[in-house]
Amino acid sequence: MGGLTVSTPRLKRKNYTWLYFLLPSIAIMLLFFIYPILLTFFYSFTNLALTGEAAKELKFVGFDNYARMFQDPTVRVSIWNTLIFLIGSAVIGQQVLGFLIALLMKHKSKVFRRVIGTVVLAGWVTPEIVCALCLYSFFGDEGTLNAILSFFGISAVTWLYTVPMLTIILANIWHGTAFSMLVFQAALDDVPNEIEEAAVVDGASRLQILFRITIPYIKETITTNMMLVTLQTLGVFGLIYAMTGGGPGTSTTTLPIFMYNQAFVNYQLGYGTAISLLLLLIGIVLSLFYIRSLKE
Amino acid sequence: MNTKQRKLIYRILPYVILSVIGICFLLPLLWVLVASVDPNAMQSLKMPKHVTAGNYIDVLSSHENQRAFVIGLLMSLGQAVIVVILALLAAYPLSRYQLKYKKPFMLTILFMTSLPITAVMVPVYQLFLTLKLYDNNVGVVLFYVASSMPYGIWMLKNFMDSVPGDLEEAAWVDGASVFAGIRKIIAPLMVPGICTVAIFTFSGSWGNFFVPYILLQTPEKFPASLKLYQFFGQYGMVDYGKLAAFSIMYAMPSIVLYILSQRFMSKGFSMQGGTKG
Repeated sequence: MGGLTVSTPRLKRKNYTWLYFLLPSIAIMLLFFIYPILLTFFYSFTNLALTGEAAKELKFVGFDNYARMFQDPTVRVSIWNTLIFLIGSAVIGQQVLGFLIALLMKHKSKVFRRVIGTVVLAGWVTPEIVCALCLYSFFGDEGTLNAILSFFGISAVTWLYTVPMLTIILANIWHGTAFSMLVFQAALDDVPNEIEEAAVVDGASRLQILFRITIPYIKETITTNMMLVTLQTLGVFGLIYAMTGGGPGTSTTTLPIFMYNQAFVNYQLGYGTAISLLLLLIGIVLSLFYIRSLKE
Repeated sequence: MNTKQRKLIYRILPYVILSVIGICFLLPLLWVLVASVDPNAMQSLKMPKHVTAGNYIDVLSSHENQRAFVIGLLMSLGQAVIVVILALLAAYPLSRYQLKYKKPFMLTILFMTSLPITAVMVPVYQLFLTLKLYDNNVGVVLFYVASSMPYGIWMLKNFMDSVPGDLEEAAWVDGASVFAGIRKIIAPLMVPGICTVAIFTFSGSWGNFFVPYILLQTPEKFPASLKLYQFFGQYGMVDYGKLAAFSIMYAMPSIVLYILSQRFMSKGFSMQGGTKG
């Protein structure tokens, strides 16, 4: 970097020519990304609405939206649903399954790795609406799962009605596991074989090696991956919306679905924004942890 | 159970578990593949009595669908090109100069890459109404650009750091301008990085459903993702074959680009030969 300032530097630091290079990006990010984030804070204190009296005049309502939020039983339900969805599909599902696949694939034949890897990756590469469709038909009343069960003489189950949360959790696992698998494959390749071999010589069992050596060795990868996967899962909308629409009732209404319903079905933009602020704050906290985990 | 048997089980068990996982991942996917060529496709996976390309032809010959695909392609391509150009420009001073606030700036960028876009969509909708950008495809592209800018800047800055500065200086001595230096020296050496960013931003917006769903209203302006959702709602219960064929065609660009990106990634990081050759 020093070399550049000595020879003919075309962009002089003093006259801020370099700023012109950054300006277009900064301008577009300020307008369409950072400004909406600030608006989230602002609107959540207003009665912003699409129709009715409130649509004509924007008024500050103080903490009314928040007071309403804490009394709204559906908010509690959707926070609870979001937590179940996050823990089920991101923390446990994608992480554990991704790790398991990566671990079991180690030292297996190349062809086998490739076949299993491709199948898992296909779910990840596929756009979320197509994933929703595939899993919707899989769990449908006359879907593949029920067809398989009936083959074994088990009567059909209305999966999307009786266990809707489970179906969207499995759908998100299907869609997202490949990412964790790739991350853990790279991390496991970095674990030196000598350490594990030395442990075998010392008489350690497979489980001991896994929990005492391998997992502690890739601890940081696990933390970072956990943050990333949780952040991705927090924003999931299309997959749930297309599969169950948040229903039946409110049984799969996560925070993004609830935010959408309030803002665009009930036209309560102010209230919808207060809910999205909740999402945003969770996202901000997780992102900060994520950056910290990267720096270490 | 003796040691020999136990060893055998330890050898076979991983293959069994992985195969079961593989089948679970394969079944939903297999349905969409088979249904798309089955003239009498049902909700469940079954062997088609005969194979047809009719579903694909029906989907492709519809003007509405063609339009949705073209709109989707234009939007995603436009976004990818703008992101690459702007991010390349922004990455230049960030990579080549020691700026005072570079570190906090880059950390903010990294922070922004991980924020959930879903959380800002309600205010973005309001902003689009104010700016008269609502129901405007160009507006949606601009929002896509803004939301993938942090990722683009972060990646291209890191890629640019690995391009040696002396090549550029040599070009300056020969009378090239800064822009010519970026265009003729740096960009060609960063092709893998540029392709990675372009492919990921393209796939991101191609597969996105929520953003156009909120910001577009007129069905004639819908990109492929929205069209598929509409299709799903309207004919989903009756015509699984066409629905599956549409899904496959819609998923194709994402899959092809992913395979391409793997090519770039594996070759991409061994590019140090530039100064020596």
